[in-house]
Amino acid sequence: MVTTHVTDVLIIGAGLAGERAAIEASSHGLNVTILSLVPPRRSHSTAAQGGMQASLGNCAMGRGDNPDIHFVDTVRGSDWGCDQDVARLFVETVPIAVRQMAYWGVPWSRVVAGKRTLPDGRVIEEEPEYEGLINARDFGGTAKWRTCYTADGTGHTLQYTMDSIVIKMGITVHDRMEAIALIHNGERCLGAVARCLRTGALTAYLARATVIATGGYGRLYGASTNAVINEGTGMSLALDTGMVPLGNMEAVQFHPTGLVPVWILITEGARGDGGYLLDKNEYRFMPDYEPKKKELASRDVVSRRMIQHMRKGFGVDSPYGPHLWLDIRHLGAKHINTNLREIANICRNFVGVDPVHQLIPVRPTQHYSMGGVRTNIDGKAYGLKGLFAVGEAACWDLHGFNRLGGNSLAETIVAGMIVGQKIAEYALGADLEFSSRLVEERIRRQEARLADLIYGRNGKENVYHLRREMEQTLMDYVGIFRNGKDLETAVARLQELHQRSRHIGLVSSGRGASPELTSALRLPGMIRLALCIAYGALQRTESRGSHAREDYPRRDDVNWLKRTLSYWPPDADLPELKYEPVKITELPPGDRGYGESSAQSGTGSNPQKA
Amino acid sequence: MPNRELTFKIFRYNPASHEVTPHLQTYRLNETEGMTLFVALNRIREEQDPSLMFDFVCRAAICGSCGMLINGRPGLACKTLTRTLPKQITLLPLPVFKLIGDLSVDTGTWFRHLSLKTEAWIHTDKEFDPTAREDRMDNATALKIYEAERCIECGCCIAGCATANIRQEFLGAAGLNRVARFMVDPRDLRSGRAFYEIVGNNDGAFGCIGLMACEDNCPAQLPLQQQLAFVRRRMAALGLKL
Repeated sequence: MVTTHVTDVLIIGAGLAGERAAIEASSHGLNVTILSLVPPRRSHSTAAQGGMQASLGNCAMGRGDNPDIHFVDTVRGSDWGCDQDVARLFVETVPIAVRQMAYWGVPWSRVVAGKRTLPDGRVIEEEPEYEGLINARDFGGTAKWRTCYTADGTGHTLQYTMDSIVIKMGITVHDRMEAIALIHNGERCLGAVARCLRTGALTAYLARATVIATGGYGRLYGASTNAVINEGTGMSLALDTGMVPLGNMEAVQFHPTGLVPVWILITEGARGDGGYLLDKNEYRFMPDYEPKKKELASRDVVSRRMIQHMRKGFGVDSPYGPHLWLDIRHLGAKHINTNLREIANICRNFVGVDPVHQLIPVRPTQHYSMGGVRTNIDGKAYGLKGLFAVGEAACWDLHGFNRLGGNSLAETIVAGMIVGQKIAEYALGADLEFSSRLVEERIRRQEARLADLIYGRNGKENVYHLRREMEQTLMDYVGIFRNGKDLETAVARLQELHQRSRHIGLVSSGRGASPELTSALRLPGMIRLALCIAYGALQRTESRGSHAREDYPRRDDVNWLKRTLSYWPPDADLPELKYEPVKITELPPGDRGYGESSAQSGTGSNPQKA
Repeated sequence: MPNRELTFKIFRYNPASHEVTPHLQTYRLNETEGMTLFVALNRIREEQDPSLMFDFVCRAAICGSCGMLINGRPGLACKTLTRTLPKQITLLPLPVFKLIGDLSVDTGTWFRHLSLKTEAWIHTDKEFDPTAREDRMDNATALKIYEAERCIECGCCIAGCATANIRQEFLGAAGLNRVARFMVDPRDLRSGRAFYEIVGNNDGAFGCIGLMACEDNCPAQLPLQQQLAFVRRRMAALGLKL
């Protein structure tokens, strides 16, 4: 038996973006229902250690900052791949968002007046006039210190505060509930069919507006800093309609410092506070490549320099392939155990390294997905009315081909505010119209999908084996450095895996909240996303932001100043790619101003394959 | 490190199939360098038994999903290295919380109820002004709030608490710590009396019988007994004034 749940606004995903959008819609008097794979406070947003960029200009090194400077940093960071009207809206709104989070309860670290010496010897002085206002720290790729933070638990305090408002407002949250298909009539999205991860039962959710806020697709890669739930499920739902395109799926960011071999993120805060990168000879190599920004060049640049340096043979050999060292010992026990406490705990607990006395093994690791459900500036998905997307699941498009540290947490909340408003406007003006026959048909289709898996009608392929092969294919052939030959290999392998994924057979009974069934339902969609990444990367014959082609090392604005749109036609085995221009309003394409062009990047074998 | 063969005895029960009664099932696995219970459980599921239910999200001790009884003690499976355990490892779901299946329990419902019961949000009559600069706060105060805010709601303190195991409505250390977080926050304008209504009873500050398992088991190493003492002192001070 299938139950039906009717609501004004259905939000899929309860991280910061989903919850902020829910609060906005709810504050307009709309009935809002949030679905979440896990209790909201377990969302991946909680894990963000770094911070949220806002040009408050309170701290000494942030003095004179304003939205214009933040705008330029963001556009440059994106390698001119972002929509500049979105970036402008974002930088103007983010100071309000940060202050509102303070009003709701985030403690934020505050400015303390007085002098202090930075690790590089510079002395800075915080003025009494700014004492007690929200502080900011240094992050990669920005002209000013702009990243607001709460010690090293920024994501945690933001998510808990946000969730407290959701609870206070009485917003309905159905946790352990996974949307497995959108319900639509070819023009309008009407909601979603969801499967309960407690019981396995299906529910049809019908809504005036449906919002995808499911985060990124990092877990398609074998080595990712992402939580295990970041499998791109929301994007799959949109792609599988055949009408909604995904934007820039090939834009995948690697974080310079994933902890080897557990791939837990060591935040930029470590380098922002003065941590160095060292090679196998314990030599600090970054100043040789990036004399000005050193370890604080943007993420894509630092990641590439690390790979380049390892290719020259300066990596530290390990059973998990070559890696480099992060050194924070000189910051001292007091600083490490307070300001960088989470980092210290992670090192001690997960690899048995004490960073007060020892070097931390790190390597560039998949970290963020710039691509997602393509929306306009209002957060409306292309292709279907009543469908919205927000946060990392969306390609809004603020980040273009490279996201700056501290801009993603900021995006979740700012987009939640802005798009939440547009969702409310839309839902208040939309009827809840649906044909019960259509809804029943959509449910039956999902019931059949479940039954085929439970009764073994499809074949005997093992879901975990296929998944490992997909992860490995992306790691080996669609990594930090890419080339035509590898990408062709990746596309061919993924196509084969996609075929095989139609023949998954369960080993277990699949009853109740079966974890194997959950994986089996997700995997074919994940492989389609992987194909969007690999095929999009193969076609894009230039290097831009995080997308670095060894065979096309230069950015090519003549042919590629545009966004990839991936569609998945019914029964296809490859995405159909279309392109649209990026919106340039204020800042014409120019030099990024940091990081060399990647001309010298393409030599030697790829250590990622190790 | 010797190549150990580990024996896992894992609690099995699937509420969706009543024909199988709750029992312990044995799995064997060769230990590898740096193996955590996250690695071990995933390997068991992928290679031996895909029906095994357990929860991980961040696998980095930040999200609090993977609390379970590890050889009798509540702890986070993700940050437990197998080399710290004997060859035989028994895994049970956390008590107190409703069982979903095998090692998976429903902490989400429990903690949302806790938040509602303690009204765990800032109570203020001030309106947010988007055009104004933020209110100032002393950084020491901000850090004090963060210190209490660090709880990850994993439920280890609740599972290890004698009172919580026998009295369903007891707030437990996580609950009292949550209340303390709002007590130290100058933005929360609740009176002492309002807090007394929430914690000045046997379900709150006076239900604790001082066995201290909460603090011993807290993976975030929160000073839970200190927080309890703080809440009790506030209650006592209020009582003297009344």
